[in-house]
Amino acid sequence: MGFYEEIASNKRRTYFLVFFFFLFVIGLGLMIGVLYGNSYFGLILALVIGVLYFLFSYYGGANAILSMTGAQEATKPQYTTLINTVEGLAIAAGLPSVPKVYVIDDSALNAFATGRDPEHAAVTVTTGLLEKLNKLELEGVLAHEISHIKNFDIRVMLLASVMVGLTVLLSDFLLRSFLFGARGRDDREGGSITVVFIVVGLVLAILSPIIGELMKLAISRKREFLADASGAMLTRYPKGLADALRKIKDDPDPLVDKANRATAHLFISTPFRKTKGTFTNLFSTHPDITERIKRLEGM
Amino acid sequence: MVATWIIIVIVAVVLFFMYIYNSLIRLRMRVKNAWSQIDVQLKRRYDLIPNLVSAVKGYMKHEKGVLEEVTKARTALISGSMKDKAKASNQVTDALKSIFAVAENYPQLKANENFKQLQEELSGTESKIAYARQFYNDSVMQYNESVQVFPKNIFAKLFSFSQEEFFKTEGKEKENVKVEF
Repeated sequence: MGFYEEIASNKRRTYFLVFFFFLFVIGLGLMIGVLYGNSYFGLILALVIGVLYFLFSYYGGANAILSMTGAQEATKPQYTTLINTVEGLAIAAGLPSVPKVYVIDDSALNAFATGRDPEHAAVTVTTGLLEKLNKLELEGVLAHEISHIKNFDIRVMLLASVMVGLTVLLSDFLLRSFLFGARGRDDREGGSITVVFIVVGLVLAILSPIIGELMKLAISRKREFLADASGAMLTRYPKGLADALRKIKDDPDPLVDKANRATAHLFISTPFRKTKGTFTNLFSTHPDITERIKRLEGM
Repeated sequence: MVATWIIIVIVAVVLFFMYIYNSLIRLRMRVKNAWSQIDVQLKRRYDLIPNLVSAVKGYMKHEKGVLEEVTKARTALISGSMKDKAKASNQVTDALKSIFAVAENYPQLKANENFKQLQEELSGTESKIAYARQFYNDSVMQYNESVQVFPKNIFAKLFSFSQEEFFKTEGKEKENVKVEF
């Protein structure tokens, strides 16, 4: 598969994601509306909030992700090598403009790319990555990220983040209001609101795994393999990325402090501690790193 | 009925011609853009070299030859044909390499912030030239291929799309990797 097929398939995935997002929002709105006795009101409210949320996240989502992860823009002269490497790879990939470069002050070895299209993109690396990788390895990782940008993976991933972000936000909010609401209120009105929260919370609980599946669909494991391969085509040196991945795999502390469920899939390697809970399996967004190394070394 | 069919066929043929013509134009534009990317980096290098020479001059009194060499090769970076530029670029690369090698003998120079910054910038530019060349050569390859294959070659002849030159270096090229999905 070439870049162009990959870009086309990513654009299809984007429409798919947006469609499901609005379906979800409309469903939620209808439910709230029905429970309050006015379904139109709920529908319109949900649509207005949904459209605003969508627009905000499409145009401001990348910045939100960057500030959420505590990324700071990299400047010369401190990060000259990093910036130059990104510029070089952007030229090699034929990107329309050079992505912005950010750094997260964290000892874990990780990196991600985000943005809505190649003209509005950013590459972020942790300081740990800069310290522990040599030039060729860093180049390999950055080439992988640049490929995500060129393929429009970043757009799909951004919207996926937004969707999961909303579900997480809503379920947290509902859970909290339910807990506090149950304790503080015992009048009739409060009772009916509690019922709404319980029902919505239940629906969210049912929907969460489905959304998890959708996420996996959107962020297929193939995506990482593809970015590895296109990255190797940019540097013409697959061993660089393979060595980097090996260092990342052997890193004793992979936890990026400010990563969360909504941003996890953006990273080149999973930013959580290696645990075997159901939660990690459900949201296992990254293919096995050993398999990736093997494929790179077979090129 | 027949008239409708004739119109449909004509429209289809025109659309097909447009598609082929546009794809050739697009590929040629990409080659041009790729070339200007190389040019930008060569110019950047051209601008950086005088700074390096002036930063180094005070230290390297006995190695005037190297400095003259790099200054001489520098002018060819932004003038002349593609071949001249490629040759000049190789010369500058070699000359810079020897300057940085010589600099190893001057601890004071090596510790100089300005020098360190210049060295970083110049080596960054060098790898950017390599990347730009890679993208340029890839674009040229794709363009040349489409100029030669049937039926695009007919259009290429008709509208004088000629093959483009590769940007060659004397050093060993990085080999392309085999990628299988």
